[in-house]
Amino acid sequence: MTEVLTDTQPIRLKGRSFLALVLSPELPFDDWLVRLDSLAARSAGFFLRRPIVLNVEGLEIDRTQLRELLSQLGKRDVRIMGIEGAHVSLLGSDTPPGLTGGLPASDIEVSEPSTKDTDHGGTAASASRSKTKAGTPTPSLMTTQPVRSGQSLISEGDVTVVGSVASGAEIIAGGSVHVYGTVRGRIVAGSMGNESARIFCRKLEAELVSIAGYYKTSEDLELELRGRAVQLWLDDDSILAETLT
Amino acid sequence: MGNVIVVTSGKGGVGKTTSTAAIGAALAQRNEKVVVVDFDVGLRNLDLVMGAERRVVFDLINVIQGEAKLSQSLIRDKRLETLYLLPASQTRDKDKLTPKGVERVIGSLRKAFDWVICDSPAGIESGATLAMRHADAAIVVTNPEVSSVRDSDRIIGLLDAKTVKAERGEPMEKHLLLNRYDPSRAASGDMLNVDDMLEILSIPLLGIIPESMDVLRASNIGAPVTLANADSETAHAYVDAARRLTGEAVPVIVPGEKRSFFGKFFGRKAA
Repeated sequence: MTEVLTDTQPIRLKGRSFLALVLSPELPFDDWLVRLDSLAARSAGFFLRRPIVLNVEGLEIDRTQLRELLSQLGKRDVRIMGIEGAHVSLLGSDTPPGLTGGLPASDIEVSEPSTKDTDHGGTAASASRSKTKAGTPTPSLMTTQPVRSGQSLISEGDVTVVGSVASGAEIIAGGSVHVYGTVRGRIVAGSMGNESARIFCRKLEAELVSIAGYYKTSEDLELELRGRAVQLWLDDDSILAETLT
Repeated sequence: MGNVIVVTSGKGGVGKTTSTAAIGAALAQRNEKVVVVDFDVGLRNLDLVMGAERRVVFDLINVIQGEAKLSQSLIRDKRLETLYLLPASQTRDKDKLTPKGVERVIGSLRKAFDWVICDSPAGIESGATLAMRHADAAIVVTNPEVSSVRDSDRIIGLLDAKTVKAERGEPMEKHLLLNRYDPSRAASGDMLNVDDMLEILSIPLLGIIPESMDVLRASNIGAPVTLANADSETAHAYVDAARRLTGEAVPVIVPGEKRSFFGKFFGRKAA
């Protein structure tokens, strides 16, 4: 029995965000494809091996037109990873999946003639940097109510609970989790892969703690931590803990 | 306008029906006009505990379906003039309990009675959520064991989310009724203690009802325990709980212990 338990390799599932280029085609597609071809001619391989999202928001097109556009892009080696702003009726198993919830990043200028695609790689990288710098700070969540069994609190930023987290309740935070009370439920910090996220609580009785996809159940937590004020963090793929005094 | 109270727990068998009957009778003994409403369609018990099972003609479902008038389905208690029962249907499908119908019936009862006490079915399905839907306050019945405490916690979360009051953004008044408390098991430490339960659930304490044979004896003769054996410790505990419900400040005494919880927990702001 114990052998089975130790042999079990948990599957890691994490959310992660990537910067993708978004192409916004315009009607009529024939003219737009000519402009795209001229851009591709000026910077060969620009779209090669890049994740591209197709934004069709505001375009009045039907299923056939969308599929025709996709095949035209396919012929030009533009691989579409997802489609934004399309009605579900337009999409199917033969199209890339629909995407929602995209966040704006700085535009990548491609009208400037450029011959080396390494330049563009540099532009994309700086765009991603400027996004993390200038982007709006991730909102944090604070509650003064106890989190009851069956409730989940989900936030992309930090979560602060002034109260306890009951058995059967869960907190899922992109950032750190602070609980000024007893934790009896599940705490997931760094849910989108943030390995510097931490968990702080006044009294640890948790069913499960997780940081950036790594987790420990209450059975794996050291006995001397139980009922104590504890902080947990991730160091080199393992969850470490110490009592707070 | 009367007060609508839901007696709920999540878990079954913790004493919702017994507590509904006992608190309803205790309030009626104080000359308040009380109706106890059985929401457990298909598994009704309140009629038995009230000793009215042979007098049921029309029930809650009949009223909701428009097959009977509300006044026809209300059964007046033989011992207390101001105590009424609205029974549930034992045979009808529980899907017949419609949100619109429940709203109409509770609305009419609220106008006619001082207290409308709804005995919720166990679980968190539509029967339980409809029973709590229009309540002004809730009595959460909990036994001193981990499964009951966690289910109560779940129900408190639903009370704060699914009731009309909560949806209006008003705070939902919640009271903890700790039932089947066994002083001897508490002393030997094989039962959750009162402080831990209050810490976990963090709602004010309405009362502690000791585990007692009086409850079984009372339901066998078909009388609320506050009427069947008015001098018993259990009856006193229920009468005190009813007094606290009306806003009286009565200290909560932990059975088997000298200490009381007055001031420390009761009256603490509901979380």
